[in-house]
Amino acid sequence: MSAETRSGSVAGSAPPPTDDDGTAIRAVKLRHPIRNIFAVIILLFAAAFVYDAALRPAYNWPAVAKYIFDRRISEAAVITLELTVYSMLIGVALGVVLAVMRLSPNPVFKSLSWFYLWVFRGTPVYVQLTFWGLLSVIYPTIDIGLPFLNPFITLPTGDVLNVFQLAVIGLALNEAAYIAEIVRAGILSVDHGQEEAATALGMSWFQTMSRVIIPQSMRVIIPPVGNEVISMLKTTSLVTAVPFSFELFTRSRDISAETFTPIPLFLVASIWYLAFTSILMIGQYFLEKRFARGIGVAQPEKKVTVATGAVPVVGDEGDDDQKSGGVHSGGTP
Amino acid sequence: MTDTLMVEADRVSKSFGSNKVLKSISLTVKRGEVMCLVGPSGSGKSTFLRCINHLESVDAGRLRVDGELVGYREKGHILHELKPREAALQRRDIGMVFQRFNLFPHMTALENIIEAPLRVKRMPKAKAIERGMDLLAQVGLADKADSYPAHLSGGQQQRVAIARALAMDPKLMLFDEPTSALDPELVGEVLDVMKQLAKEGMTMIVVTHEMGFAREVADSLVFMDGGVVVESGDPREVLANPKHERTKSFLSKVL
Repeated sequence: MSAETRSGSVAGSAPPPTDDDGTAIRAVKLRHPIRNIFAVIILLFAAAFVYDAALRPAYNWPAVAKYIFDRRISEAAVITLELTVYSMLIGVALGVVLAVMRLSPNPVFKSLSWFYLWVFRGTPVYVQLTFWGLLSVIYPTIDIGLPFLNPFITLPTGDVLNVFQLAVIGLALNEAAYIAEIVRAGILSVDHGQEEAATALGMSWFQTMSRVIIPQSMRVIIPPVGNEVISMLKTTSLVTAVPFSFELFTRSRDISAETFTPIPLFLVASIWYLAFTSILMIGQYFLEKRFARGIGVAQPEKKVTVATGAVPVVGDEGDDDQKSGGVHSGGTP
Repeated sequence: MTDTLMVEADRVSKSFGSNKVLKSISLTVKRGEVMCLVGPSGSGKSTFLRCINHLESVDAGRLRVDGELVGYREKGHILHELKPREAALQRRDIGMVFQRFNLFPHMTALENIIEAPLRVKRMPKAKAIERGMDLLAQVGLADKADSYPAHLSGGQQQRVAIARALAMDPKLMLFDEPTSALDPELVGEVLDVMKQLAKEGMTMIVVTHEMGFAREVADSLVFMDGGVVVESGDPREVLANPKHERTKSFLSKVL
């Protein structure tokens, strides 16, 4: 707190010291010549690859240019995006519920959540999607009513759910299992003292979760969920198992089957996937910034200590004392 | 009798598994009294403090705050635990300050203070901010309203935490080793705020190792060890002439 004690001169603000002969004592940063050489070599390789690729007939760039904004392709791209957004929204919502169930003291909820994770993480998503496609074979009708009585309503499964909806359900239910574990890790990462402080203030469980725990766990949750979104964008190419064939990859493959030009069409699909991923990454960057509020920022208090501390070692010792003191009294009830 | 008593513990017991942490603790705290709880770590003093606002449940015994049984409803000699919602209602009136501050790191100092009044008491925002700024001024941090906890020193964080607890207008304040995690040079500023609070007539229970504070500010001192109250009385008297052997050896190490 004693910011007035200016015993040591602050490095940088004073004029540079000089030797007896008047030459300045200058410090030079470590140089990295090997790094620069490597960068040049890699750039040369990259340039060679691009030059070669531009002229290679197999890539068929004119065909790429022709199909990149082809109506069928851009429609398929939108459908891919829709599949991603819908299944992620449902997956996240269900995943949060599963995570909270898994952490609840209620053993019924706990086991239910565990069982769900066991099934949906334990089987390949491709197999799950195939099963969803066979839903109307396994359950030809959806009956609504009470058990052991005649159902009030009987609907043919195929009329209720179309293949797009089945694809979304298949992707979402699989995703929820993974999101559940991410959210659980996020909630567990928040210091227990936070929940205690909120509880001691008279906040309800829901208020504590929504105002204190979840906002802090977001910092841990967002990067892996961003990962999951990008992963989902590409997993949508598996819904051909349902079979649903109007998304980007299957559409490109179907067109190439007619035109006999698979390479340019897969390049077209890749460019679209890359474009979407780039946009998602930018979105993730801003979300992460939003939830980093108050955490991981420069600490002016510490800067003052460095600038005013004549002997930095004293400050270090103080820190250690504080840490060991905390462990001592905090460890036992 | 209950009119003058703020806290009344009657044979309170608590175990963690087979470990008996509190063995039939009985004590009373009068309205406006400042009580210091001292003792070696593991003596049960923090656990007892956490029972007073039902952060920990008790196994047996009665604990009343302002005449009202905390965390339980009594029906024919059996204590039935309250629902979380009912327990939360009781906690509103009991402020608590933690060893490690436990400020919400994603909120500014002011946001930390107004959070509970806004959400729990449904206070209008303008009023909550006005009251929050008053409290910040009271703990000497009016200029830090928009700072995040990470930008504040330990002493400043703890003062914000005290203001946060005061924002709910509690009738009782619990302090769980409020200065133990602080650099020695920052302890004074927190104790000053607590002294001021005591002077204003707040009822306080303070778990602490600051014997100077106990001597100067406390009305009573309770020495706990092994889950029982070993000795209690006027702090100046107990600190100067401890009667019990265990108290003597403990005080000889900390004084």
